[in-house]
Amino acid sequence: MKYMNNYAVEFNNVSFRYHEDEPWILKDVSFKIEANKTTAIIGHNGSGKSTIAKLMNGLLLPEHGQIYIYGTRVEEESIWDIRREVGMVFQNPDNQFVGTTVKDDVAFGLENRGIPRLDMQKRIDETLKAVGMIDYLLHEPYRLSGGQKQRVAIASVMAITPSILILDEATSMLDPLGRKEILETVQHLRKKDNLSLIMISHEVNEMIKADYVIVMEDGKVSIEGTPKTIFSSEDRVKEVGLDIPLVTEFALSLKRHGMELESNPLTHEELLETLWTYHLKT
Amino acid sequence: MNSAFIIGQYIPGESFIHRLDPRTKISLIFFFVIFVFFANSVLSYALLTIFSFLVALSTKIKPSFIIKGLTPVWFLIIFTFTIHLIVTQEGEVLYRILGFPIYSGALIQGFSISLRFFLLILFTSLLTLTTTPIEITDAIESLLNPLKKIRLPVHELALMMSISLRFIPTLMQETDKISKAQASRGVDFRSGSLKSRVEAVIPLLVPLFISAFKRAEELAMAMEARGYRGGEGRTKLRELKIRKLDYLAMILFSLVIAGMFLLRK
Ligand SMILES: Nc1ncnc2c1ncn2[C@@H]1O[C@H](COP(=O)(O)OP(=O)(O)O)[C@@H](O)[C@H]1O
Ligand SMILES: [Mg+2]
Repeated sequence: MKYMNNYAVEFNNVSFRYHEDEPWILKDVSFKIEANKTTAIIGHNGSGKSTIAKLMNGLLLPEHGQIYIYGTRVEEESIWDIRREVGMVFQNPDNQFVGTTVKDDVAFGLENRGIPRLDMQKRIDETLKAVGMIDYLLHEPYRLSGGQKQRVAIASVMAITPSILILDEATSMLDPLGRKEILETVQHLRKKDNLSLIMISHEVNEMIKADYVIVMEDGKVSIEGTPKTIFSSEDRVKEVGLDIPLVTEFALSLKRHGMELESNPLTHEELLETLWTYHLKT
Repeated sequence: MNSAFIIGQYIPGESFIHRLDPRTKISLIFFFVIFVFFANSVLSYALLTIFSFLVALSTKIKPSFIIKGLTPVWFLIIFTFTIHLIVTQEGEVLYRILGFPIYSGALIQGFSISLRFFLLILFTSLLTLTTTPIEITDAIESLLNPLKKIRLPVHELALMMSISLRFIPTLMQETDKISKAQASRGVDFRSGSLKSRVEAVIPLLVPLFISAFKRAEELAMAMEARGYRGGEGRTKLRELKIRKLDYLAMILFSLVIAGMFLLRK
């Protein structure tokens, strides 16, 4: 596929509904996602996040508006090229494991694309190494933990070298350890392969590390911007019904009590830094 | 959960029989099933029996495993034998048990039919003992391939089989979980009348079915997202290959069958 522009994903006035006589699920949605960045899409259950993800690789097609992946329009004719570029990992680790073993599962996407057997072997080894699952090559899915299954799912998707990776709540069914495992794996891959990473979540802590955040509310984009700008508008965030990270909440209430902090910290380190600066000044 | 059940009967190994192409194994068993019915003399039966035992030995699987695998069919074999004893009335009367005559023909008939039955079961169970379910699936896909011409969806059938194999343990885990959850609410699966036990299964089956449908829908979505578009233009990672070993097995088998025909009455 040709890369015709610098935006990994572009939604232009997209409207979508599942059936004709049903209400609109997405209403005139527009946004742009930059290439090689981590973008978080957050919002409540039912706000349309998964629908957006499925529109991005042609599992669904919009009723109005246009969607572009690197400038190529997503439509019936381009679907197979698009799916090569846009990889997707879903929520339930069990329901996306197609093969009877780890190796067969990673092979599935490669087989679908008619890759010769020798290349397949190589790609399978490479991607399983990259997600740290090479030792489990011949394991059946029931012998793996949820986090391990999700890492295999990531490897299966990465084997066909997409340039965009979408994680649709891929960590929400995992325990904290599994979640950490996945987030680290994904960040490692992003740096290694120059991926555009799109993380869909209703977990605020996952967006802190994103470069850009799009907040969905009831089928519309409600706020977008860097995590810092988003959380500085406390009222707006609460209106949407999202939690504010504990650290930010803490800093905001310090401000309310008259401490003039310079920035809105999102992580513990940033908080420490801010408090230091404040302390030095007073 | 019983792990032996999950992988079927397969017992990993490196024997000659294990390493044969699954298609060779399936075809040879198919012919064996046919030719067993041609045996009609003591010697021809003896040859087939010895051959089966040699094959069983060469799998290097512990005989106790093989015998255990045959347990459910012993009953059938003995049943067949008894029926023959009672029904057949050929030859001379050998004994009388409680006044009931046992004919020599019946003894011979009963014995040969039971032996045939036993050999068939033994031979086919060697297939499942030495071949993984997924190998069998691949072999069936490959053997049925010519039937694509008459529009038999061979690739789809094989994919269905392999997905079922993949999901059997998952669904078993789920059944286990649901039945524990229901048991903790006082549903009793293990005692009571048949009717009450059947009724107890319903709250188990309904959630299981609902979740299976959800899984199917999500899996279909995931497969499509990974570029699945049917069997056209697909390559395969797992490879079946007929090697020297397979030719050797075929020749050996042919010799045994030829010998059997020579020893017929
Ligand atoms: N296959 C479908 N058919 C009909 N409605 C659907 C379907 N999938 C989702 N919806 C509806 O679309 C809305 C948005 O769903 P979704 O995109 O899954 O939201 P999210 O991922 O943010 O939770 C929900 O109201 C949901 O009920
Ligand atoms: Mg969702």
